[in-house]
Amino acid sequence: MKKLTHKLAVSTALVSSLILGAVNVQAQPTAEVLHYWTSGGEAKAVKALKEDFEANGGKWLDAPVAGGGGDAQAAVLRSRVLSGNPPAAVQIKGPNIQEWAEAGALGDLTKLGEQEGWDNVLPPLLQDIVKHDGKYVAVPVNIHRVDWIWVNPEALAKVDGEPPRTWDEFNALADKLQAAGIIPLAHGGQPWQDATVFETVALGLGGAEFFNKAFVELDADTLKSDTMIKVFDQMRKMRGYVDADFPGRDWNLATSMVMRGEAAMQIMGDWAKGEFIAAGKEPGKDFLCIPTPSKGGYILNSDSFAMFNVTNDDDKAGQELLARLILGEKFQETFNLYKGSIPARMGVSAEKFDECAVKSMVDLQASSEAGSLVGSVAHEIAASGAVRGAVLDVVTEHFNSNMTSEAAVARLAESIELAE
Amino acid sequence: MTQKSIPAKQPLLDWLRRNVAKLVVAPTFALMIFFVYGFIAWTGYISLTKSKMLPSYSFEGFYQYIRLWKMTPWNVAMENLLIFGGLFILVSIVLGCLLAIALDQRVRAEGVLRTIYLYPMAISFIITGTAWKWILNPGLGIQNTVRSWGWESFSFDWLINSEMAVYTLVIAAVWQSSGFVMALFLAALRGVDSEIIKAAYLDGASLSRIYLVIILPTLRPVFLSCFFILTHLAVKSFDLVVALTGGGPGYSTILPANFMYEMTFRRNQIGLGAASAIMMLATVMAIVIPYLYSELREKKHD
Repeated sequence: MKKLTHKLAVSTALVSSLILGAVNVQAQPTAEVLHYWTSGGEAKAVKALKEDFEANGGKWLDAPVAGGGGDAQAAVLRSRVLSGNPPAAVQIKGPNIQEWAEAGALGDLTKLGEQEGWDNVLPPLLQDIVKHDGKYVAVPVNIHRVDWIWVNPEALAKVDGEPPRTWDEFNALADKLQAAGIIPLAHGGQPWQDATVFETVALGLGGAEFFNKAFVELDADTLKSDTMIKVFDQMRKMRGYVDADFPGRDWNLATSMVMRGEAAMQIMGDWAKGEFIAAGKEPGKDFLCIPTPSKGGYILNSDSFAMFNVTNDDDKAGQELLARLILGEKFQETFNLYKGSIPARMGVSAEKFDECAVKSMVDLQASSEAGSLVGSVAHEIAASGAVRGAVLDVVTEHFNSNMTSEAAVARLAESIELAE
Repeated sequence: MTQKSIPAKQPLLDWLRRNVAKLVVAPTFALMIFFVYGFIAWTGYISLTKSKMLPSYSFEGFYQYIRLWKMTPWNVAMENLLIFGGLFILVSIVLGCLLAIALDQRVRAEGVLRTIYLYPMAISFIITGTAWKWILNPGLGIQNTVRSWGWESFSFDWLINSEMAVYTLVIAAVWQSSGFVMALFLAALRGVDSEIIKAAYLDGASLSRIYLVIILPTLRPVFLSCFFILTHLAVKSFDLVVALTGGGPGYSTILPANFMYEMTFRRNQIGLGAASAIMMLATVMAIVIPYLYSELREKKHD
């Protein structure tokens, strides 16, 4: 019924504009969408959103910018905003949303949010990310979990190993694997991958409170604390569990090492699942997904669309329609099935999702209630680009040299101070 | 039209004739003033502000420069530039010069050899970097091949060793540029007057002595051109690092251009990025200005 009225509205608008020339009788929701999802499952996921938007009478102006994990897009966005002609919706995430909102570039979706009851369906941590000064300025599309270990069960069976529940168990298991001639940890030596491992260790050894104090509040004493020294000690151990050829390796090549059984485990976010699925592997049978040891913690990464200030009525209607669709249950389900992540809102049926995704949903809810849910540092949710970069520099330098843990924490505190 | 002499009564044509060269150059000149020098000035100003995600224009003095020199990655990048730039320029010139002298001995198939040496220059640094990344990868390239021949203990792992990785940049860059240097030297060698060489032969000078004492000193301008072309290649190197090492292991192989890109476009630190860009400009200037000065002074002496 709703669809029909929309269709009617569109055709009336079309006919009347034909008759009356340029006079616009009714606004057609229009949205120019700037994004960097240009390949594979991501492209399919965006297409699903576009089709949904058009089926609801909207006019979608696609503005994809490929490359560099969003670097190229950021340059385009900057020049568009500076020239006073921002796109309606832009794929940006984490503290970038806050920075654009502080620059006064973002619109306000609070009214729509109240109508749709977003406060009740979004986890509080996610609300903090997409709200500025209590106003909704962006909508989240998905949630990726970062703190996963992807395990090859056959490799584990060779040493009679159990999935580890503490970092001590992890080390014991890794030693056994190494003795059996299996690479314990498949890893790619790129700064963001080093930092991905680092943050799971930091959450595991320090807990959520420590994690937030260090990387969100940037408290110097916490950054230099004994706990942080222990985190770096564990990183030094991890360095011994990777093979010699790891520098520069891409994450998906590390994933295929686990698939082939050359390596037993990889610590990586749930986009790694896509690699297993694409190779025809089944979760629970050919590979296991277990959370990194952290007493019920959860490290979250989330993509979102920020809505920029637009003046035109068509664009405003377009933004509202887009925001409503993005947080709708239907889109959340289709999109995240394509992308390998889980819905950003609660209450979406888990029926079609695989067991890793279902586990992620259950853990998300539990950790959100227990207060052990944190934003990712390596994936630019908890910290701004500058702070994230400072953490990456130190973690990767420590991982790739003989730096002591004491020197590393001192350097960490110093770099973060310089980055602010 | 041109055959007829233009009478002085046509002032417009006359004016055009005198100024056509200036007119043709003017648009390029204006564009260059704006897009090159204008943006250098803009970058210079931005480097004196606290610009983060968007440019801001409130003056803050040398805050960004002080911060820049306190940062370990920047110091690593400058050290790398010194090592990479120094070795790259030196080895390219020596190797290029030796190749040119070798080819100058009227060897057979000189044309073919010259083309082979010169070809790497036609390839972009991205391709060079990617190819060498495979060649130098211990699990795929040289090390693996030699080990498969039976020399099990052979080790060549510079690419994944943070102490040595910067030298792999030198290897790839020299491979790419020494052929070009060779071409410049070869052209100059062919320009040397053969009478002088014959005279030296008659006086009983050996071949190595002829080259060292007579020919090479006359090639001074070529040395200088090579030096400046290679210097600016070294300072603006970016793509080679991205393709070959990705800046790693860790950030042990980043160069100033990589640092500038990272700060400006990934970490929302436009002010800091601008400061590092100005430092790169200063590096080039420090080398070019003495050269221009000496060149201009020599002209006056003539």
